[in-house]
Amino acid sequence: MKALLGLLSKEVRHILRDRRTLAVVVLMPVVQVILFGFAIRTDVKDIKLVIVDPSPDHVTLEIRDRLEASEAFRTVAVLRTTETLDRLFQRGDAQEAVVFEPRFATRLDRGLPARVQIIADATEPNTGSTRQNYALSVIRTYERELGAGAPGVHIVPRMRMRFDPTAESSHLFVPGLMAFVLTIISALMTAISLTREKETGTMEALLVSPLRPAQIILGKVLPYLAIGFVSAGLVVLEARVVFDVPLRGSVVLLLGEAMLFILVSLSLGMLISARTSSQRVAMMAAMLGTMLPTMLLSGFIFPIESMPEILRWVSNVIPAKWFVTIARSIMLKGTGIEYLWRETLVLCGMAVVLLGLSTKSFHIRLE
Amino acid sequence: MSAEIAIQAHELTRTFGSFTAVDHISLEVRTGEIFGFLGANGAGKTTAMRMFIGLLAPSSGTATVAGHDVYTQSEAIKRSIGYMSQRFSLYEDLTIRENIRLYGGIYGLANQDIRDRSRQILARLGMEQSADTQVRAIPLGWRQKLSFSVALLHRPRIIFLDEPTGGVDPITRRQFWELIYQAAADGTTVLVTTHYMDEAEYCDRISIMVAGRIGAMGTPAELKRQFDTDSMDEVFVRLARPTTGAGAA
Repeated sequence: MKALLGLLSKEVRHILRDRRTLAVVVLMPVVQVILFGFAIRTDVKDIKLVIVDPSPDHVTLEIRDRLEASEAFRTVAVLRTTETLDRLFQRGDAQEAVVFEPRFATRLDRGLPARVQIIADATEPNTGSTRQNYALSVIRTYERELGAGAPGVHIVPRMRMRFDPTAESSHLFVPGLMAFVLTIISALMTAISLTREKETGTMEALLVSPLRPAQIILGKVLPYLAIGFVSAGLVVLEARVVFDVPLRGSVVLLLGEAMLFILVSLSLGMLISARTSSQRVAMMAAMLGTMLPTMLLSGFIFPIESMPEILRWVSNVIPAKWFVTIARSIMLKGTGIEYLWRETLVLCGMAVVLLGLSTKSFHIRLE
Repeated sequence: MSAEIAIQAHELTRTFGSFTAVDHISLEVRTGEIFGFLGANGAGKTTAMRMFIGLLAPSSGTATVAGHDVYTQSEAIKRSIGYMSQRFSLYEDLTIRENIRLYGGIYGLANQDIRDRSRQILARLGMEQSADTQVRAIPLGWRQKLSFSVALLHRPRIIFLDEPTGGVDPITRRQFWELIYQAAADGTTVLVTTHYMDEAEYCDRISIMVAGRIGAMGTPAELKRQFDTDSMDEVFVRLARPTTGAGAA
């Protein structure tokens, strides 16, 4: 126990005295999340909106007000007819148009369907559909409110977004980013710090000492787990403050799961360093072993559902896949542990296997 | 000299694939002895030493260190030995005092002992002024002496030194050997590998390894008589040259 404390305090000193690395480790996740968060998002603020309203009435005015009031839209023109609409789109003065049917309110009062057309610039298909969804959600909200007082109110077209009515892409990306950033720093840091000890020769001194492999490994894992915890906390805070990502579930559960995920990544780094002898190789292996799979196969950027079957199968061994599912569920849906125990168990299993394997690699070196 | 045996090896062998690094060596090192392990690069010195200290499992043969079997009692061996490798075993970004503290803790010494022994080491090496300097900032010769003292911190019965004086100036080497004599006088058995023939002369007994085997073993005087020369260099070159094709310095 005392030997372990000694090892821990030594590791903490290494970390604290290497200010540059410490800064990188703590700040990198925060900076990366900002960069990625803004770069990858497919939503656009300040959409240039054109309203076509042949016969303004209290309903269309209310909807127009609501569109205007949302941060997403800036009304650039209100037209009576659709005549000039094409030109506005072509010139790029309009990015989206909302076209009301004549006598909109009257139709609704009579219980007839009132049609509204939402047109988006399709040269950017992804952002275009995101913009459509923005407008749609505003109209839907209004329709629901009307419907509460007068049953039978019907505005077409109809569409529904699950979980995330505003379709903010950062809401989906930020949990994925957490996984991405945490896995890289955890795996990288442990892999580098262990191989550095091999390179300098201090590892030999530790192996010749009466320390047990488990103690050496714990002495490495715990300090970096603490750093990972700080990073995870900062990223969650950032998600709330900068990107306004909802945190509907329990913070404690989210951070707990993040710790578990960090532990898995650390163990992976440990295993990598047990099998490599130079810092450079360890660094490359850690990057390749965590960055690419996390980016491509975790569902962070590319949806797993649309992958070929073999890749879907492979994605199961990527720890980030499970963590992304967990983080999204907790943050966006407010899911509790009762629905996430399976994913949690998978991560626990991975941690046990990886830690076991790396302890074993140390044993082999000892004998 | 006591007749008690500190290290014993019988037909000890280690192979890596088809390469035999250590080929059926047998030797006995007595308690309190300074035993020199000589040989050209690649002759198997380091491999043999790594088997004694529990970093490498032997392929065949038997060996005991401090009375403990290398196959089954490596934990007990680790508590009875100290080791200083060719490479540097101190942490460069820790201070002298912190390094001593760390290894004291690893070997389970009481806090009071660690404090007392730190003071003794710093006084003996004349490093009191630099105790709170990071190791990276002190000269190589100091580091080697410090490394040696740290390896002795837990008062091991046997200390293994793998080329401890590589790259060190002659004066510092001289001081280093005074530390070794001091340790031996306190009853510590010393097994040391070296390339320097003047250092071989400082040993009580030496063995010269050639291609994994022990080519010759005895006191420096006996070996010189056996090869009918008055220089250890000559003994070494005559032994090493026929098989390795290269002399070593």
